[in-house]
Amino acid sequence: MIIYQNVSKIYDGCVALEGVNTEIKPQEFVSIAGPSGSGKSTFLKLLIGEEKPTKGKVFLDKQNVHLIKDKDLPKLRRKIGMVFQDFRLLSDRTAYENVAFAMEVGGSTNKEIEQDVPQLLELVGLGSKVNQFPHQLSGGEKQRVAIARALIHRPSVILADEPTGNLDLLNSWDIIRLLLKINELGTTIVLATHDREIINNLSRRVVTFDKGRIIRDEEKGRYIF
Amino acid sequence: MIKTTLTRILKSGWQSFWRNYWLSTATVAVMTLALMVVAGLSIFNVMTQEVVSILEGKVDVSVYFHNDAEEAKIIQVKEELQELDEVKSIEYISKEDALAQFQERHKDDPMILQSLQELDQNPLEASLNVKANFASQYESLANYLSQDRFQGIIDKINYKQNKEIISRLNRMTASIQKTGWGISLVLALLAVLVSFNTVRLTMFNWRDEISVMRLVGAGNWFIRGPFLVEGIIYGIVAGAITLILLFPILYILTPKVSSFLPGINLIEFYQANFLQYSVLIIGVGVIIGGVSSLIAVRRYLKA
Repeated sequence: MIIYQNVSKIYDGCVALEGVNTEIKPQEFVSIAGPSGSGKSTFLKLLIGEEKPTKGKVFLDKQNVHLIKDKDLPKLRRKIGMVFQDFRLLSDRTAYENVAFAMEVGGSTNKEIEQDVPQLLELVGLGSKVNQFPHQLSGGEKQRVAIARALIHRPSVILADEPTGNLDLLNSWDIIRLLLKINELGTTIVLATHDREIINNLSRRVVTFDKGRIIRDEEKGRYIF
Repeated sequence: MIKTTLTRILKSGWQSFWRNYWLSTATVAVMTLALMVVAGLSIFNVMTQEVVSILEGKVDVSVYFHNDAEEAKIIQVKEELQELDEVKSIEYISKEDALAQFQERHKDDPMILQSLQELDQNPLEASLNVKANFASQYESLANYLSQDRFQGIIDKINYKQNKEIISRLNRMTASIQKTGWGISLVLALLAVLVSFNTVRLTMFNWRDEISVMRLVGAGNWFIRGPFLVEGIIYGIVAGAITLILLFPILYILTPKVSSFLPGINLIEFYQANFLQYSVLIIGVGVIIGGVSSLIAVRRYLKA
């Protein structure tokens, strides 16, 4: 479902990714491991069309992501759910409105929104905080809102870029368990992290990056550096 | 579908304006100041034009006729002058009128009145007071009246005495209008730039939100729309505040201005032209707000 073919990305002479070849199958749970600056984020940004590769091709569902016209990029992004380290919620909107926004941009009707949003917030365990603004929520709660938002289009894949980077251990595991549950329900998860604990305890596929190259790709891998 | 999207964009723009009321208040305040400058300048310009035309109205050229000139001939000259394009109005003052006016003017001065009575005939000359459309036209009128055929009946034309005043007025009106427009243009430009920049800074605040919206899959118009609406709301609110604030400001200024420029009533003028001013001020506000937010957002949409 996701294929990287000999992908390189160079920023002003600085190599971010080099000769990356990999494939991610439907319903997989893949961890992208590696130290900061190893190319994990660039790897994800290429998939949502936020960056274009200097060389090579990236496919999502057999579609070359970088041949998609700018005006059609929003449609691609609605097929992918994104979760970030810094949550990236809209600060002047409530939890409910943040999730609803993702539906509004896709043109859902008000009725659909009223039906789906509370359900999803319930699913991530925020049923009682729908009307809170992001600054009224804890880090873990913000990340749950972000996950609910990522799920709203029933995407086939969720990209999580260091989703636990700003969370304590307990909250981190809550978020990881939530991602595992979502994966069980059939969604592909790509989790970029440099958290050794999490990767070692997941025992799922691990693709390890260093200096822009894939140096290891193992089923039930471990974080080794 | 389009209706739902439009409603969402409008609602979202309004929400952003309302929820970030501190930011909105600051932006609206700066825009209000800018619009005040625009309004003030346009009132100032109208006022200088008014002053100039009042001053011009006070200038005239008087043509005095010899005591033996027949009234019929004078009337003939008057009619001839009336044919000229430059002439705005002519007033004929007969010898008797002149005497009556003279007596009226000096009614508190028995010396003068007495000496007048001792004369056996009316010493005052009949005259024509000629007003031109523009101050610059007096010269040609004076030249016209200096023709030989009028020499027999015309005693003197006081243009020569007034010449200095008239030409000074000419220079003054030209420079008042020129500098008035020059200053207005520069100040208006500054005001527009300042509020443009304020709106841009406000939007700069939203650059992260814009990137989030893009990542969530919002199309460009879905992102731009609410900001455009927000910018337009800034313009409308700032415009409305400006229009309201002008009332007390002009109310205070009117007596002061009227005291040295009689005949000019700012508040009356403003009330009479309120509709035009509403359109001008709110229009300028909406354009500044809308355009600056579109330009500001465009930068963050590109990436």
